[in-house]
Amino acid sequence: MSGRAADLAPPALFGAGVLLVWESVVRLFGVPAIILPSPWAILLRLVGSVPKPLVADFLQTMQGALAGYALGCGAGFVVAILIDRSDYLQRGLLPLGNLVSALPIVGVAPIMVMWFGFDWQSKAAVVVIMTFFPMLVNTVAGLSAAGAIERDLMKTYGASYGQTLVNLRLPAALPFVFNALKMNTTLAMIGAIVAEFFGTPTVGMGFRISTEVGHMGIDMVWATIVVAALTGSLFYGIVALIERRATFWHASYRARQG
Amino acid sequence: MSRLLPIATIVAALLALWYVAALFMNAPLQRDVFANAGRTDYSFGDLALADLNMERPKLPAPHQIVAELDRLVLQTAPTSRRGLVYHALITLQETLLGFVIGSALGAGLAILIVSVRALERSIMPWIVASQTIPIIALAPMIVVILNQFDITGIIPKAVIAAYLSFFPVTVGLVKGLRSPDPLQLDLMRTYSASSAQTFRKLRAPASAPFFFASMKIAVAAALVGAVVAEVTKSEDGGLGARLLAGSYYGQTVQIWAALLAAAALSATLVGLIGLIEAFAARRMGMAG
Repeated sequence: MSGRAADLAPPALFGAGVLLVWESVVRLFGVPAIILPSPWAILLRLVGSVPKPLVADFLQTMQGALAGYALGCGAGFVVAILIDRSDYLQRGLLPLGNLVSALPIVGVAPIMVMWFGFDWQSKAAVVVIMTFFPMLVNTVAGLSAAGAIERDLMKTYGASYGQTLVNLRLPAALPFVFNALKMNTTLAMIGAIVAEFFGTPTVGMGFRISTEVGHMGIDMVWATIVVAALTGSLFYGIVALIERRATFWHASYRARQG
Repeated sequence: MSRLLPIATIVAALLALWYVAALFMNAPLQRDVFANAGRTDYSFGDLALADLNMERPKLPAPHQIVAELDRLVLQTAPTSRRGLVYHALITLQETLLGFVIGSALGAGLAILIVSVRALERSIMPWIVASQTIPIIALAPMIVVILNQFDITGIIPKAVIAAYLSFFPVTVGLVKGLRSPDPLQLDLMRTYSASSAQTFRKLRAPASAPFFFASMKIAVAAALVGAVVAEVTKSEDGGLGARLLAGSYYGQTVQIWAALLAAAALSATLVGLIGLIEAFAARRMGMAG
C-alpha cells in the first residue's frame, strides 16, 4: 500500500498546487468572476446547486449517455460476431469502420434531434452511432487474437465453431472488447453533452452549460463541467475495474503482480 | 483489389438501405402533403417518387444530397457566403491553426515529460485522466471568455481545436519516446551517447509510428472541436454554423450536405497525414 501512496502523492500535490495558484491569482488580481471564478467559488456554487438543478441535469444527460452506450456497444459486439464467419463482409466493413472513427460524428446531433425529438432519445441515438464502430472494429480484431496453436488444439478436440467461439476466441477477445468499452465511455459523455447543444427540454448538463454561458453564469458552467468530469472519470473507472476482474489473466495485469 | 470489391459491396448495400429508409421515413410526411393538396388517387409509384424528392424530407435521399453539394460547391462562387466552400475553408483554417498549435504544445510537453522524471510522475496521471473526461464541454465557455478579451473570429475556435488535439499527441508521443527497449538504450549507453544523442538517434525515430497515429487522432479531434465551437458561435460561419442553421430552419438537405463536407474534410486531413507517414517510413527504410 505504501508504494501506491507514493505513486499518488506527486500528482495529488501537483493538482493541489494548481488549485492553490488558481485561487491566489483570482484573489490577488481581482479577476472578474465572469472570466474565471476561483475554485472555492466554483465549489460553493456546486454544493449550492446539488439538489437543483444539477441532479436533474445529471440524470437527464446520463439517461441518454447510458442508454446509447449500452445499445451502441451491444450492437457493435453482436454485428462483429455476425460477420465473424464472413471474411468478405469483414474486409468490406473494417475499412469503413476505421474511416468512420475519423469523422466528426457529433455532427449528426441536429438530425437525431429532428428524428427523435428533444428528449433523451435523440441523445441516445447520437451515442449509439458514436460507440458502434469502435466496438465493431475492436471486437473483430479481438476475435482474431487467439493464437493458431490454441485454435489447432480446439480442432483436435473436435470442437464446433460455437464451442471454439465461446471457450477460446471470445475470452481471448475480451481485452480488445474492454478497450472499446473504455474508449466508448468518453465518447458517450461527449455525444450526450454535445447533442444537448442542439436542443433539449430545459434540463441536462449540455443544456446547462450552453444557457449559463449565455447568462454569464460562468461559475455554474464550471460547476457543471466538474460534475461532467467526475462522472466521466467514474464511468471509465468502473469499466476499468470490471475489466481487471474479467481479464485478470491478461499479461498487462499479471506483470504488475510479479 | 481484393479489398475494393468488398468495400464497394458494403457501400452499395448501405446506399440501397438508405433509399429504402428514405422511402419509409418520408412516406407519412408525403401522404400528408398529398392529403393537403386534395390528392387521393396517387399510386405507390407516385408516392415513392415524391418521397425521394421532398424539399424538407425527414431523411434526404443520397441523390438529393449530391445535388445539393453540386449546387453549393460547383455552382456557387467559392467566395460566396451561401456556398459550402466558403464555410469549409473557415473550418479548415480553424482546424489547421488549432492542430498546429495543439500538436506543437503537445509534442513539447511530451519531450519535457520524457526528459524530466519529476514531471512525468506529477503531470502524466492528470493528462491520462483528462482523456476520460468530456473536455469538449468547455468549448462554449472558452468562446465566451476569449470574447471578453476581444478575441473573436477564427482564434477562439482554433484554441478549442488546439486543446482537443493537445492531449492525444502528448499521450501518444510519451508512449512512443519510451518505446525503445532497455537493450537498445543500453547499447546507446555503451556508445557513451549523450542523452541528446540518444534522443535524436533512438527515441525520436522509434516514436515515429506512435507520433503519426496520434497525429491522425489529433487532426480528427481538432476538426470536431472546430465544428462544435462554430455551433456555439454561429454568426462567424463555418460548417458547424451551417449545421446549426440547417437545424433551426428544418433544412435537412443542408445539414446532410454540411455533414458530408465535414466528413470529407476530416478524411482528407487524416489521409494526408497517412501519406506523410508512408513517405517518412520509406525515407527511414521502414516501408514494409
